Amino acid sequence: MASSSARPGPPTARPVSTDAALAVRDLVKTYPAGRGRRGAAPAPVRASDGVSLDIAHGEIFGLLGPNGAGKTTLVKQLTGLLRPDSGAITLLGHDLVRHPRRAARLLAYLGQESTALDELTVALAAETTARLRGLDLAAARRERDDVLEELGLTALAGRPLKRLSGGQRRLACLAAALTGRRPVLVLDEPTTGMDPVARRAVWAAVERRRAADGATVLLVTHNVLEAETVLDRVAVLDAGRVIACDTPGGLKALVGSDVRLDLVWRGDPPLHVPAIADARRAATVAGRRWTLRLPPDRARALVTTVTQGPAFAALDDFTLATPSLEDVYLALGGRGEGLVRS
Amino acid sequence: MTDTEIHTARTPRAAPAPVHATAPAAAGPAPLAPAARLWPALGAVYRAQLSRARVARIPLLFVATFQSIGIMVLMRGVVDGGGGEEARAVVAGSAVLVVAFVALNLLAQYFGQLRATGGLDHYATLPVPATAVALGTAAAYASFTVPGVLVTAVSGGLLYQLPMGGLWVALAVVPLAGAALAGLGAALGLLAPRPELATLCGQLGMSAALLLGVLPTARLPEPTLWLRDLLPSSYGVDALADALGPAPDWASVAGNLTVCAVTGVLALALATWAYRRAAVR
Repeated sequence: MASSSARPGPPTARPVSTDAALAVRDLVKTYPAGRGRRGAAPAPVRASDGVSLDIAHGEIFGLLGPNGAGKTTLVKQLTGLLRPDSGAITLLGHDLVRHPRRAARLLAYLGQESTALDELTVALAAETTARLRGLDLAAARRERDDVLEELGLTALAGRPLKRLSGGQRRLACLAAALTGRRPVLVLDEPTTGMDPVARRAVWAAVERRRAADGATVLLVTHNVLEAETVLDRVAVLDAGRVIACDTPGGLKALVGSDVRLDLVWRGDPPLHVPAIADARRAATVAGRRWTLRLPPDRARALVTTVTQGPAFAALDDFTLATPSLEDVYLALGGRGEGLVRS
Repeated sequence: MTDTEIHTARTPRAAPAPVHATAPAAAGPAPLAPAARLWPALGAVYRAQLSRARVARIPLLFVATFQSIGIMVLMRGVVDGGGGEEARAVVAGSAVLVVAFVALNLLAQYFGQLRATGGLDHYATLPVPATAVALGTAAAYASFTVPGVLVTAVSGGLLYQLPMGGLWVALAVVPLAGAALAGLGAALGLLAPRPELATLCGQLGMSAALLLGVLPTARLPEPTLWLRDLLPSSYGVDALADALGPAPDWASVAGNLTVCAVTGVLALALATWAYRRAAVR
């Protein structure tokens, strides 16, 4: 792709590096609005609204945003499932807008749905997927055995996906996705419903593919904790736009040194205490929970106030935390709710 | 890795080892992994779909067979046994109805549901020919019907005292009528804008196969006969009905089977086109 450093764009767009595994430029995808029965049709929804991204070789890159931010729509365009209205996608040097079918020969995709595999056994799901990636029978079976072993699924090999728990089913789908080596992995919320052991197995498997094959990983998540711990860089999506793109640490530096203080009240908070009344005005109130974003010294002072006297009597719980990507998201003007913090 | 490390580095960790397929230094596009070839892929899809029967389909196969046997028992009250034309029509129609139930109705439901839930994305992101998915699935659904068709035809033969010498024709009718009906079912499921519509169309198609296939043609009004001629399963019914007679007209059997085969090819081509259209939006 030609150098596009002069290209005007959102502040998050970086110049194309010649070694980008995946380069996306000004991607736009508009869905027609739901059919209005009568009267004026509602405006169409811009699910991707001028998205530009560069993902380097061997990078674990995340798309973070609440439900409806446009993550899945973006990923479906990057995997050749959905044609963009305009814009460019270059995957490992291939123009995917012109040749969407090439995506299947360059990447492995784990979608959110398992309906195509639900009635197969874990072993057959992995083996069939490997066969459909062009492996011969012997190679497919070898890969099947290896990947089931790697993800700790060998004991479940003979069980249909349908009869597994949500997390196990997700893991089995990941096993299928990982068969047949691909230089790029696109994983849409791979750890949904998984217990910590399974999550660790997933991240170990992903890391192994990066270490051994130099695989590039694009990960969709709405889990901020996961985003902070496993990703090299994150693009934060809101309403179809990339509102920020940096390392998790770089993003957190955007919100400065403010810390988050959560107060949960047992009864009525003592608003006659001036510090509490001030806090009430600055807080985001959700039922009995107040959330405040404060400079550390003010937070410390407020903690001192609420841990004594009438305030402490009414206080149920408090937590003081350094900024998370959720705070970044809100500070950047993210509108939706629905990021997960566990 | 800590945040500070990432933050100060500002660049992602380099891949530990250069990789043949993705080496940044390599100028030009990365090589594409080989695509799956048609026949192995078709075989893999067929085998996977066939295995679904064990999990999900067996109860429905019983329903399909019992429905057909039930219809034959009911019709026995108004149709005499022996090798009469009406008796043969009822038995052949009931046997082919099993194919219509499974290949048309259930496959339309399956593809409708797969498309609505995004399950097609799984296949669409694999380098597999559209023909392999459409044909492999249709072939598996047609295969599901073999035991039901044979059980129905044999029970019908006993119930209506038909000569069973021509029963082997059922083995040709299943794949040929199966291809036509499964192709139609797949196309309905893939083209219907909503899964409920796919289910509805599948049900209507099956009802048509029931009424137009089982009822003896001599009693049908003229416009209904035109409809009957349009339904691919009718030719399978006619071929089987002929073959169950005391002196089958083999030329007519072969002619009907040929029509079945031609519509089968057309229906499968339609299904493949519908799959391609549904897979990439």
